[in-house]
Amino acid sequence: MELLVPLVVAAIVDVGIAAGDIPYIVTRCLILVAFGVAGLAFALTAQFFAAKAAVGASALLRGRLFEKLQSFSYTQIDDMGTATMITRMTSDVNQVQAGVNMTLRLLLRSPIVVLGATVMAFVVDWAAALVFVAVTPLLAAVVVGIMSATVPMYKKVQGRMDGVYLATHENLAGVRVIRAFCKEEDEERAFARRNAQLRREQKRAGRIAALTNPLTYALVSVAAIALVWVGGVRVDGGILLQGDVVALYSYLAIILVELANVANLIFTASKAISCEKRIEAVLAEEGEPDVLAPAKDGWSADAPAFAFEDVTFAYHGGGAPALHNVTFSAKRGETVGVLGGTGSGKTTLVSLLPRFYPASRGTVRLGGRDVKSIPAAELRERVGVVPQKAVLFKGSIRSNLLWGRKDATDEELMRAARIAQAEDVIAAKGGLDGEIAQEGRNLSGGQRQRLTIARAIVRRPEVLILDDSSSALDYATDAALRKALSALDTTVIVVSQRIASVRHADKIVVLDDGGVAGIGTHEQLIERCAVYREIAASQEKEGSL
Amino acid sequence: MNKHETLRGILRYLRPHAPLLALSIVCALVNVAAQLAVPFFIGRAIDFCLGADNVDFAAVFRIFAVIGGCIAAAFAAQYAMSLINNRVVYHVLYEVRLDTFSKFQRLPLKFLDAHPYGEVAGIVLTDAEQFADGLLLGFTQLFTGVVTILGVLVILFVLRWEIALVVVLVTPLSLFAAKFISSHTYKTFKRQAEVRAEQTAFIDEAIGNLKVVKAYTHEDENAAFFAEQNEEYRKCALRAVFYASTPNPVTRFVNSLVYAGVALTGAILAISTAGSAAAFTVGALTTCLSYCNQYTKPFNEITEVLAEFQNALACAGRIFALQNEEEQPTDESARDLGRARGEVALSDVSFSYRPEQKLIEDFSVSVGAGRRVAIVGPTGCGKTTIINLLMRFPDVDGGSVTVDGVDVRDMTRRSLRKNYGMVLQETWLKHATVRENLCMGRPDCTEEEMIEAAKAVHAHGFIRRLPKGYDTVIGAEGSLSEGQKQLLCVARVMLCRPPMLILDEATSNIDTRTERLVQDAFARLMEGRTCFIVAHRRSTIKSADLLLVMNAGHIVEQGTHEQLLAAGGFYAKLYNAQF
Repeated sequence: MELLVPLVVAAIVDVGIAAGDIPYIVTRCLILVAFGVAGLAFALTAQFFAAKAAVGASALLRGRLFEKLQSFSYTQIDDMGTATMITRMTSDVNQVQAGVNMTLRLLLRSPIVVLGATVMAFVVDWAAALVFVAVTPLLAAVVVGIMSATVPMYKKVQGRMDGVYLATHENLAGVRVIRAFCKEEDEERAFARRNAQLRREQKRAGRIAALTNPLTYALVSVAAIALVWVGGVRVDGGILLQGDVVALYSYLAIILVELANVANLIFTASKAISCEKRIEAVLAEEGEPDVLAPAKDGWSADAPAFAFEDVTFAYHGGGAPALHNVTFSAKRGETVGVLGGTGSGKTTLVSLLPRFYPASRGTVRLGGRDVKSIPAAELRERVGVVPQKAVLFKGSIRSNLLWGRKDATDEELMRAARIAQAEDVIAAKGGLDGEIAQEGRNLSGGQRQRLTIARAIVRRPEVLILDDSSSALDYATDAALRKALSALDTTVIVVSQRIASVRHADKIVVLDDGGVAGIGTHEQLIERCAVYREIAASQEKEGSL
Repeated sequence: MNKHETLRGILRYLRPHAPLLALSIVCALVNVAAQLAVPFFIGRAIDFCLGADNVDFAAVFRIFAVIGGCIAAAFAAQYAMSLINNRVVYHVLYEVRLDTFSKFQRLPLKFLDAHPYGEVAGIVLTDAEQFADGLLLGFTQLFTGVVTILGVLVILFVLRWEIALVVVLVTPLSLFAAKFISSHTYKTFKRQAEVRAEQTAFIDEAIGNLKVVKAYTHEDENAAFFAEQNEEYRKCALRAVFYASTPNPVTRFVNSLVYAGVALTGAILAISTAGSAAAFTVGALTTCLSYCNQYTKPFNEITEVLAEFQNALACAGRIFALQNEEEQPTDESARDLGRARGEVALSDVSFSYRPEQKLIEDFSVSVGAGRRVAIVGPTGCGKTTIINLLMRFPDVDGGSVTVDGVDVRDMTRRSLRKNYGMVLQETWLKHATVRENLCMGRPDCTEEEMIEAAKAVHAHGFIRRLPKGYDTVIGAEGSLSEGQKQLLCVARVMLCRPPMLILDEATSNIDTRTERLVQDAFARLMEGRTCFIVAHRRSTIKSADLLLVMNAGHIVEQGTHEQLLAAGGFYAKLYNAQF
């Protein structure tokens, strides 16, 4: 529609002015206004759908990204790091949204306008229109050249952004230690350094991107000169009228306006593309497969609750195995203690049962089945873990406990809380509706630990793993917890450094430097296992309160 | 934070860059002047193309040369302006981020504990970025735009005042429209920024603790919650983005009115003045129409930018609101404690996090230099709060804490904290090398001292086995176990050798065998230092000079282990519970 405007104007010039026909001019001008009204209606519609598409696309992207990240295995989480995951989900997706929106609004319009203007120029005069044809590939070359140069640069910018986010987040998480060590100024300096790196990358990319506007402008203006020249020759030859040259120049002016918009877009688009690539990299990752191996054996009631068969495990890129040749099993309802020094592989051992990490060699079985063949969701339904780091989530106590099992009743929640010795925590917070801040920061370490234990008990798992989960509890609470747990018919694995926490277990596995140093009851181990004796001796004197 | 304050805040950041911005405006002027000259000369050139065999090529080429010069000038000025604007914006962004980060260092812990990290960190990352994007766009287009509009008006008036009048009369319409729309967009953008912050906080929590989420197969529930939040954000964003995009078509419409008006007036003028001395030529009409295009372009851009600018303002508002948060009281006038002897006294201390819930009341205790105090009591009785008060993480509500007889509020926090060495149950290490972490308290320590400290806590062995030894970078979730991290935290304090120590469950993650080995080092460390120990282990408690037995925020008993056991009170009950 806009493209017809120069034609109407040409008519005004060539017919209206030439003939001095004022009514003709007035009607033509009214047509111009009508074009404007129609243009407004169409443009608003187009803008709405562009916004809808951009926002919808980014929402979809964010949703897909979230689901993909959630499907990552522990190894992938370790390798990627959570800081970059979070910037990709926030900053990168926002950039893509801005890019898609701008692109839809302009790129859908601009090429059509440019193409249309070129076609219209051909209608007016083919020779002069050749100027349009000549300048278009040049413009395309400028756009493509600048984009291909800036996209990798913006990718680097986003990489630096990860660093800035990491520094900020880490600073917030460690604020107590940082202040205790009076490290605020050092932290600021370190942040300034990362921030400056980011700025340097931004400026580098900006220098190239800033060329777009002047370059396109210069190209089109030179084309204008050529156009008037060719036009002049054609007018001189009597092929064109003066009004035609006016129309041709108007088309070029339209192209110029569009190109200025496109030039602005390039900045946004390059950023969006580089961000899209970072998102694409995540989406291209293969998430954790549901099963790692075909099912060979079915559930068996006679099989041990779980079994480790000559299991060896090495972390991705971790060099020496963290665990080697571990063999032991437990009957249903038994309590198994896992004891060992700092870094002996206790947490690694219990991470293999819910298949947070798959065993490198050997087989881990649950109820007779290789855990690699059990779908992840089902496996983790059957194995409840209380991790070492007690983390709760923003919401209420109830919403956190319901993580264990969605359909648990309040009575069940309270029963689990009773077993976990967390009744008084709930009472202190004003009942199950008591508010929990992000990561449970409004609770003390001990309170958090007990709620995470309750959360696992709500699940009623076949195997319950307590990974050093009572370290912040005083002795009396810990003892009461152990007593309550032993009354359950669940198979329990207690990982601990305290002999007192495991001494009543049906079986104790002693780990030393990734290998099994001894298996047996407290009495048997005292008799046979040197490492155990040593630990026992060290704690005999210690005791705890 | 209203818009006015936000604008003032932005100006504060721009002021140091005033000379560069002035230069940028000069570039904009040159650019616009050159760009405006081009259609003028093209019009002149077209005027020389009157008809068949009536084209003055010599004159046309002369004009071409001038146009060439204009193009070169516009190119140079445009590029220079972009570079300057880039520089200014990225420097402002840098300063905004740095200031916000330093602000964190001065905010009271109460504030930081009450806000999700993701939300706060999002301000440094996303809000700052959106602010800068808006600012950059604003500079680049606003300057050129305003200058172009003014320039065009001047030229139009010179060319033909009647046409200029038409333009001036119609354009306020688009400004009204733009203003009306942008006042609405500000609200939608603000809402968008808020919802985005909530979403960032959730992402931070859910992705940051992904391992726990997976352990509980809570992925589906989180995905569902996220989808809901995402949908809400989508709705907010749709409104914001759409509103932001409306001024453009509206101004385009007004522009088409202007264009039609100019065509009408111009054509009538051309007819009525034909043949007279002040003839309005077709070339002049072309020029006018072309100027109209040039004139409307900046309006399109400015209205577009205005919308973006609303977004930038909304984000800047969040940044400045944070920067205006009340800081912990400064201690510039306070004295430097120097190296303390280590006499600590708390008298009638009361404190609570929330006024309606009393936590610590009438707490008094006096500790001589070099004494060892163990704080015992059931979980959640306020032990950690006492520790926090010693470090001035919050200040007391009532009563006072003194070190060497001086109220801690009269000394700088820095000098107070330098005198304490702290090891907490929660192990926090920087995402940096082992070496940097160990030397955190004393960056100037020698390699030998560092290794000695590592050996003292029996960490030297496993550090050496790390891929790069002391130069291995450990993350917040690196490949070290909690126990190993805690050993590093202990070594970190060992290197500082402060006169006072705070050990809050300092060995809870270390196995007892290692702990016993570390015990010697601990004993040496505690020698002659005032120590506050929160611990469960019997031996630690027994060796203390003074036991503070706490329950529900009060000291219920104090004395030595033997005295309290003999007294048969609360402590005796706690102690005997394990047998």
